[in-house]
Amino acid sequence: MIPAEFRYLCPSTVDEAVRMLVEEGEDAKVIAGGQSLVPVLRMRLAAPTALIDIGGLTELTGVRDDGDSLLIGAMTTHYEVQRDHLIHDHALLLKLVTDTVADPQVRHRGTFGGSLCHADPAGDLLAPALALDAVMIIAGPGGRREVPASEFFVGYFETALAPDEILIDVRVPKYTGWGAHYEKLNRVAQAWSIVAVAAAVQISGGTIAAARVGLTNVGSGPVRAVDVESALVGQPVSAISDAALLASSGDGYKDNLARVLTDRALTAAVAG
Amino acid sequence: MTATAEPEVGKARLRKEDARLITGQTKWTDNLQLTGMLHMAVLRSPVAHARIRSIDCSRATAMPGVAIVLTGEDLAAEQGSLPCAWPITEDMLAPAAPALAVDQVNFAGEAVALVIADNAYRAADALAAIDVDYDELPVVLDLEEALQDNDLVHPDLGTNKSATWIFDSAEAGSGTNVEDEIASAEVVLERTFRQQRLIPSFMEPRSVVVDPSADMFTIWSATQIPHILRWMLAAVSGIAEHRIRVIAPDVGGGFGGKLQVTPEELLCLLVARRMGRPVKWTESRTESMLSGHHGRDQIQKITLSARRDGMVTGLKVELLADMGAYLRLVTPGIPILGAFMFNAIYKFAAYRFVCTNVFTNKVPTDAYRGAGRPEATFAIERMMDELAVELGRDPMELRQQNWIKHDEFPFSTVAGLTYDSGNYEAATDRAMELFDYSALREEQARRRSSRDPVQVGIGISTYTEMCGLAPSRVLGALRYAAGGWESASIRMLPTGKVEVITGTSPHGQGHETVWSQIVADRLGVPFEDVEVLHGDTASSHRGMDSYGSRSLAVGGTALVHAADKVLAKARRLAAHMMECDEADVEFATGSFSVRGTSTVRSLGDVVLAAHVAHDLPEGMEPGLDADATFDPDNFSFPHGTHLCATEVDTQTGMVRIRSYVAVDDVGTVVNPLIVDGQVHGGLAQGIAQALYEEAIHDETGTLTTATFADYLVPSAADLPAFMTARTATPATSNPLGVKGVGEAGTIASTPAVVNSVLDAVRHLGVRDIEMPLSPERVWTALRGGAAEASTPAAGGLGSIDSQGGQS
Repeated sequence: MIPAEFRYLCPSTVDEAVRMLVEEGEDAKVIAGGQSLVPVLRMRLAAPTALIDIGGLTELTGVRDDGDSLLIGAMTTHYEVQRDHLIHDHALLLKLVTDTVADPQVRHRGTFGGSLCHADPAGDLLAPALALDAVMIIAGPGGRREVPASEFFVGYFETALAPDEILIDVRVPKYTGWGAHYEKLNRVAQAWSIVAVAAAVQISGGTIAAARVGLTNVGSGPVRAVDVESALVGQPVSAISDAALLASSGDGYKDNLARVLTDRALTAAVAG
Repeated sequence: MTATAEPEVGKARLRKEDARLITGQTKWTDNLQLTGMLHMAVLRSPVAHARIRSIDCSRATAMPGVAIVLTGEDLAAEQGSLPCAWPITEDMLAPAAPALAVDQVNFAGEAVALVIADNAYRAADALAAIDVDYDELPVVLDLEEALQDNDLVHPDLGTNKSATWIFDSAEAGSGTNVEDEIASAEVVLERTFRQQRLIPSFMEPRSVVVDPSADMFTIWSATQIPHILRWMLAAVSGIAEHRIRVIAPDVGGGFGGKLQVTPEELLCLLVARRMGRPVKWTESRTESMLSGHHGRDQIQKITLSARRDGMVTGLKVELLADMGAYLRLVTPGIPILGAFMFNAIYKFAAYRFVCTNVFTNKVPTDAYRGAGRPEATFAIERMMDELAVELGRDPMELRQQNWIKHDEFPFSTVAGLTYDSGNYEAATDRAMELFDYSALREEQARRRSSRDPVQVGIGISTYTEMCGLAPSRVLGALRYAAGGWESASIRMLPTGKVEVITGTSPHGQGHETVWSQIVADRLGVPFEDVEVLHGDTASSHRGMDSYGSRSLAVGGTALVHAADKVLAKARRLAAHMMECDEADVEFATGSFSVRGTSTVRSLGDVVLAAHVAHDLPEGMEPGLDADATFDPDNFSFPHGTHLCATEVDTQTGMVRIRSYVAVDDVGTVVNPLIVDGQVHGGLAQGIAQALYEEAIHDETGTLTTATFADYLVPSAADLPAFMTARTATPATSNPLGVKGVGEAGTIASTPAVVNSVLDAVRHLGVRDIEMPLSPERVWTALRGGAAEASTPAAGGLGSIDSQGGQS
């Protein structure tokens, strides 16, 4: 398992990293935590000519309070997300999802932004990012731009990121006080999910004021269960099971899982 | 028998080996760096069956750092055929097995060319520059289709059938005729089970270094079998055996997967000879999964005849065993090892076993933990549950009615073995007590009546196995090419320290610790004063290596015999030193004394006296070293009762093991900590077969589970806290009373889990679910889709492999 030869570049600022991407062209690749890219390189499924390591860009790490939302640095590791009190208080779903990512070693190296850019449909963080209306803040040669998650995930391992752009921050609106749960079905602990459901629920006066539901690994990218979400607004908690049936209409195993796990995720989010 | 103050045997010693293993203070084969060493990379066939039209190495040869690129044609004159040491029948068909394919590839992953370069990176880079032109042939994958001989794996053999091996109790005189029993039976059950293909998944990938300097070939290899490897490499390469030294340094696991003479070991040797320089090859995990031998892969058709009162009268076993593309070292014999175990702990009147070995275009199969015996145990334990269901009986009670009672040992079985000892009642009583069987049955009834989405099941496995491989005469009768004895030497050093040399070759088992405990007790020396040497044919020149739960029962016995020889001679010398009659010499806790006096000589005094040899009895040779070789008269027969409770989520198909009780009778226990470790690891691997692991080939013969993202090995996080306990009826076939424990957990646990899951969902109309019991298969079976419940279960994960399924 030896990767093909590549040049290793180590920028010290985001702007330098972008410049390197422009200079190196399409065959260069940004490496963040490396937990997805390194296996790909070792299996020679990809052979970039240059790796631009943004691991030294400390400006991209950490979680900041930005009024109505949080700003999560793209290079914040899963381990840091798990322990961050802002995330715990205002985006509990992200913490609960991150708790289930791979294993402790991976969580210490892998990054929040790296997972989103890799866009593996089985990756855990895509569905909650979509469901929570996260916004990707992207640096490129033309400056900064913002892309909502609903436009960022384009398809199977594919995002709206251009080859010369870098994800630098993720803006997540605050969901203070919302209940949350991630219901993940995988065969062994370190495995990707067969299907998983990320749910966040706001309860007000005994009824559901709002709900967010994202599905992992049921399509070429994350899927937001908008029918389920809207069916729940203003409903009592007892409406969850019926609403969950809207998560998928198909007859296959994964369709069944989408419905069953949506029910369980919402029920646990409300209870938790 | 002598003893130190506190006996070492039975003590839960921490393993001597672990400090160096877990702190990186050892050298694995891949750590070796020799001056001028070259690195070998192997180009492997991406197709399962093809003629090789041509191989163009010109671009690869010109790449930086590349010393040479070799094809099968280049080595054809010297590579011979890899050995198969177990021609199970006189008329067995065996294809030539070149280490490097010459004109045809027969499985995806087969080696087709080698790059030898000055470092591993450049060797790997050059692989992509070799152009192979393949002319693809029809692929033979399915066992039953293969038997039709429409397409042939090896056209020159004229058939895909390698051999048929038969045991019949009527012919052997060990029982009645099974067809008669079936014809006259009140109940006949017929079931077909599939033993899926598994991958041994040892932790340390295989690695070989060959140093051809100083007129010797020194071979380091991550192998279980340094002695057999030396013998076989000499035989295949024509290099004189005394010019070959094999060293198995610390080896990180094997599970049978390193009981092999691999193509790469031979190729490294040939390349080192050709280049006159050291050569190293270390595989990647995917390479390991694509080319290291696999295990299991059988279709088992089982017919059981019984009386309405529950007594089983006959068992007929018809196996199809997948050899893969070639016969490796003991490939054809693996299913035959199971032949003696299908009758298990039961008293059946008649038994017939027919095994047909079949070639396919897949990775060769060979030994994998349990080797033939897990398959047998699975089949019979599943059948006993099926019979209990058929007759409306409690499955444990039905087993009890049929098993050999504790006062019936020694017992001659219908398969022709003699079980020396055992007590199935005692192990079962203990297991039932720990498990709380009746409370679980009550909960099961409650959940059934309330139609709980989570159903509970109870699975039983009352297993036995044959271990301590093996009496050489039996191996000879089975046409196995080697013997089954084991050897040990004891060197008494002048300072009183002890070196033990064993012919076993530990690769994770802890022989250094256990052998030290045995010797410490026997000679009355401190545990810390014993050093165990192994795995180097220069220091340990005689041995049959480690597999088949044999090391302690056979190698440990050789060690006891060697220690007894040391003591016998020391006693003579002690009598001489104390000027008394030898009959008056007593030995205890490391000292000789004269009965009824205070005259004492420590063993150390006697050792030194023997070493300096200033004053020895007339005719005595200096020194107290001793060798012993032990060939067992019989196998050993560990047994036990395993009980498994599972929860089946009927909405998702997910299975969770709620509790698992393993009561094993492995005879005398030398080190309970190591025995527990063996049982835990064994259970993990057996449970993995039931629930998780499966090597899957697509319709082109490509292995789609060639990473640990797709081939699901469970971790501690997926397994319950095991409840283990032991009963002990010492083996009578060796002086230690030990039976072996390396494979017990793997053999016992698979049927316990599957029986448990079926027990949970049978009332919902499910009759069987093919292994591994993935959530999708369980869910599909619950929907009534029995056929669909056997679609490939793995896949799964792979986010990297875009072709990987996501179910």
